[in-house]
Amino acid sequence: MSSERGRIRITGFDADAVERREPLSDWTENRAGETEGRWERGWREFRQNRSAMLGLYVVAAMALLAVFARPITVAGVTVQPFALAPYRPDAILYVQGLDVSAYEAPSLAHPFGTDGSARDVFSRVLYGGRFSLSIGFIVVFVTAAIGLVYGAVAGYYGGWVDEVMMRVLDLIFAFPGLLLALIIVAVLGKGYWELVLAFTAIGWAGYARLIRGEILKVKENEYVTAAKALGARDRRVIFRHVVPNAVAPLIVQASLSIGTVVIGVAALGFLGLGLPPGSAEWGTMLDQTRETIVQGPGGTIPWWVTVFPGGAIFLFVMSMNLIGDGINDALDAQEGEDVARGGEV
Amino acid sequence: MSLRRFVAIRVASTIPILFGVSVFTFALVHLTPGDPIDQLVALNPQISAAEEAAIRARYGLDGPVWQQYLTWMSNLLRGDFGTVIAVDQPVGPYIMARLPETVALGLFGWAIALLIAIPTGIYAAVNKDTLGDDLSRVFALSGISLPNFWLGLMLILVFALWLDLWPVLAPDKPLLSPAMLWYLILPGVTIGTASSATLMRVMRSSMAEELNKEYVTAARAKGLPERTVVLKHVLRNSLISVTTIAAFLTAGIFAGAVVVEQVFAWPGLGRAFVQAIIGREVDLIMAITLFTGVTIILANLLADIVYAVLDPRIRYD
Amino acid sequence: MALLEVDDLTVNYYTEEGVVTAVEDLSFRIDRGEKFGVVGESGAGKSVTALSLLRLVERSGRIESGEIRFKGEDLLSMSESAVRDVRGNEIAMIFQDAQTALNPVYTVGEQIAETIRHHLDYGDAAARERTVRLLDDVGIPEPEARYDDYPHEFSGGMQQRAVIAMALSCDPDLLIADEPTTALDVTIEAKILDRLDRLAAEYDTAIQLITHDLGVIAEVCDRVLVMYAGRAVERASVEELYYDPKHPYTVGLMSAIPRIGDRQDRLQTIPGTMPDLVEVPSGCSFHPRCPFAEEACTRTRPQLVDPATGERAGPDERSAACLAYTGDLDGELDYEVEVRGRDAGAATAESEPPEPDGGGVDRGADPDADSEGKADE
Ligand code: SF4
Repeated sequence: MSSERGRIRITGFDADAVERREPLSDWTENRAGETEGRWERGWREFRQNRSAMLGLYVVAAMALLAVFARPITVAGVTVQPFALAPYRPDAILYVQGLDVSAYEAPSLAHPFGTDGSARDVFSRVLYGGRFSLSIGFIVVFVTAAIGLVYGAVAGYYGGWVDEVMMRVLDLIFAFPGLLLALIIVAVLGKGYWELVLAFTAIGWAGYARLIRGEILKVKENEYVTAAKALGARDRRVIFRHVVPNAVAPLIVQASLSIGTVVIGVAALGFLGLGLPPGSAEWGTMLDQTRETIVQGPGGTIPWWVTVFPGGAIFLFVMSMNLIGDGINDALDAQEGEDVARGGEV
Repeated sequence: MSLRRFVAIRVASTIPILFGVSVFTFALVHLTPGDPIDQLVALNPQISAAEEAAIRARYGLDGPVWQQYLTWMSNLLRGDFGTVIAVDQPVGPYIMARLPETVALGLFGWAIALLIAIPTGIYAAVNKDTLGDDLSRVFALSGISLPNFWLGLMLILVFALWLDLWPVLAPDKPLLSPAMLWYLILPGVTIGTASSATLMRVMRSSMAEELNKEYVTAARAKGLPERTVVLKHVLRNSLISVTTIAAFLTAGIFAGAVVVEQVFAWPGLGRAFVQAIIGREVDLIMAITLFTGVTIILANLLADIVYAVLDPRIRYD
Repeated sequence: MALLEVDDLTVNYYTEEGVVTAVEDLSFRIDRGEKFGVVGESGAGKSVTALSLLRLVERSGRIESGEIRFKGEDLLSMSESAVRDVRGNEIAMIFQDAQTALNPVYTVGEQIAETIRHHLDYGDAAARERTVRLLDDVGIPEPEARYDDYPHEFSGGMQQRAVIAMALSCDPDLLIADEPTTALDVTIEAKILDRLDRLAAEYDTAIQLITHDLGVIAEVCDRVLVMYAGRAVERASVEELYYDPKHPYTVGLMSAIPRIGDRQDRLQTIPGTMPDLVEVPSGCSFHPRCPFAEEACTRTRPQLVDPATGERAGPDERSAACLAYTGDLDGELDYEVEVRGRDAGAATAESEPPEPDGGGVDRGADPDADSEGKADE
């Protein structure tokens, strides 16, 4: 204190003594557990999130059911011999000599009933998971990879490179995703890989923008400046230092957009522009059943052909979104745009 | 920079994007094997090769793609959007006849989305981690996860077929009659649900975030009633981030219209687009795509303006 | 009857890591017009105490027990609407960081005027007029024009003045100032403190000044409460505290020689940091950092006692919570306080108190002559 009170000096408060002496009790400043890394902590929190774990179990179960629905043969060799689905998805049952007609209500023999061509809806729904799930995961993986590289390059170099690359993104964003996908499918025709391509074409832009934003944030950090000062090459700087830090929001967005892609694929199927008619893809199945509803009252309504395939889409997408939310919470990523993309299509 | 100048610059900057969209779409559509004439010829085998060439020339479908594009562009600049070949009708009137249907549907869906999302979002954020919040989260998550075409089918199944409250398909009545409002409900709910769920989540999270800020404690410390604190102080701040997302959802509403109009056999642009894709109606695809692009860009512009009104910190310079 | 009487206040927070006792068994008194300081490092429970007085602890926190009587009425048993009539009206708060305490989307004037309209039933014009006068009072130039500015158009010092104006708007009896100058630089800090001091006298308002800075306390306060890890460890008048600190923690704070204008390493001479409140050390919670600690300190929790007698002290008596004063310590607290630059022998509290108005700041300077203008962002 320097004032009219005088200058006060205290002697005898020997701070060093505290450092020198043996600790009096076993209390320590740093408690255990704080060294736990971001990913371990994230995983621990995710496991404690009951709804997210439920989502994970449902997705895992649906994936297993799809794989084991019918045997899988690769080049004449059966690699997966199990058949949980009682019938082939394209088997028209009365043609096979079974006493089954079109639009039979659910029964023990056919838990989800039969459709307009007397096919077993239960078998078709199980098998149909193969299309939706695989397209969903493939598209998200590919789009995330493309977006990661694109966004990283744009964000890292900045300047006119960024400017040009961002204008291309603006172009993509001027289309509603589904419209562009429709046009692409119209160009390429129907089919599995055509769908993958169409959804890849519309999907990568969101990741690119997200990653660019993250890169811009991370770029300001000291360690990047330090790495550059040490003469690290650009590519090295991007992929060793910048990208790992931008990856958490990417994972959140990816997990939330699998559902979006699956709904989009099904929507195209429903519009008759997905897989060839008769495919056991969930959306395509609904396309064929729309007429049964629109024809209106009079006679019994075969509700099962609408309820079960659509219910499968809903169940899968809901579970995926539960997982996505769980990852989001666990990694403490910001909600906002990630959430918004969930509602698109 | 004044707001007016900002708007002018933003509008001007959309022109290259729209140009890009038109080139891109045109190229895509013309890469497609087959055009309406092929289908015409397939249906009428008696048409000779010479006649076919003449028909192509009439619809501007001969010559290299770039030439076709230039022709299309110069026509467009003169206000001519081309022809819907299948019905031999100009694209302009064809679109104008269907546009009100889609606008009515979209606005209705929007209104439902906002009416549900904003109050529920506020409620959930204020009562975080209560039963009501949990329920609203379940609603939001379901809304996002429901495929809209399936939701539409289920609504028909339940409300039209089982409860018999609506006819399955809307009767052919003039759009602007009060009776039509009733028939808008099912498709409107279908189209609005996903947007509503998304908006609600954003509303909840941005509101919850704002509620943790110190100015809220400060407002409470002033003795203001909780109502004022939430509806005056917090709401305006949280709407800032909601605005961006809301504009973003316009694209979703459009995409929704494509599917929902198909479900309800609604005679709007979305359905016209699907038919255009199936029938390879080049001019119609181009026109609808550009129209959508313009709408999305305008919606974003509007969001930027609302943003500036809500947030005094925004300066356009 | 004191203006504010706090008895045995305990506030718990329920966090994922467990129950955190942020404030424990805290008692103190503030008289009308008194300037009362609460000092301690961050995390000592000072801010929670302040929020408790307005019943504004966040959702995860709960006032577990104790009594808070304001003008004799128990705030804790009042209805919510009755408490709202107290908030901002009779007890007002100045927040640490004016920038975050102001709502960015409303004008500064509106944020002050709304309080006036709400509590005093003023009309729009009258509220505006009173606000302009308040802005003038706290030293904002051209108050008429600045009324319609948004917070981001104010500099940091101006924002803090606006927040003070907001707190004074309904002429409160008690002003809780939570680190009101920490976010500001030194010259502005001195001006704001001076302004606060004068206004408190003018409006006849008691102040509870919360800070980690003993220098600020010396500047403004009459009496002081020192907090450590959620508990009061020493209570004294400012003079006693400076010339005759009794608790080793206070001694540590003092030996860091805090004074206005000297910001760095202020508390460096106390080794270690304040414990995380989830896991407070046993016995005397200061023992891991106390140079005088002995084995007994890890077992017995010291009570607030009169250092002269070792008897339990009342809520407004001089007291310290160290085992040294209850005879449970083998050694002694062998520190010494020297005062230089004054008469020799004036080193103890028994001596005649020094000029009470003294401080580190030149009071002769015109407080309005500051050069803060519009923020240039
Ligand atoms: S009780 Fe012991 S540890 Fe606590 S302040 Fe006194 S001497 Fe230090």
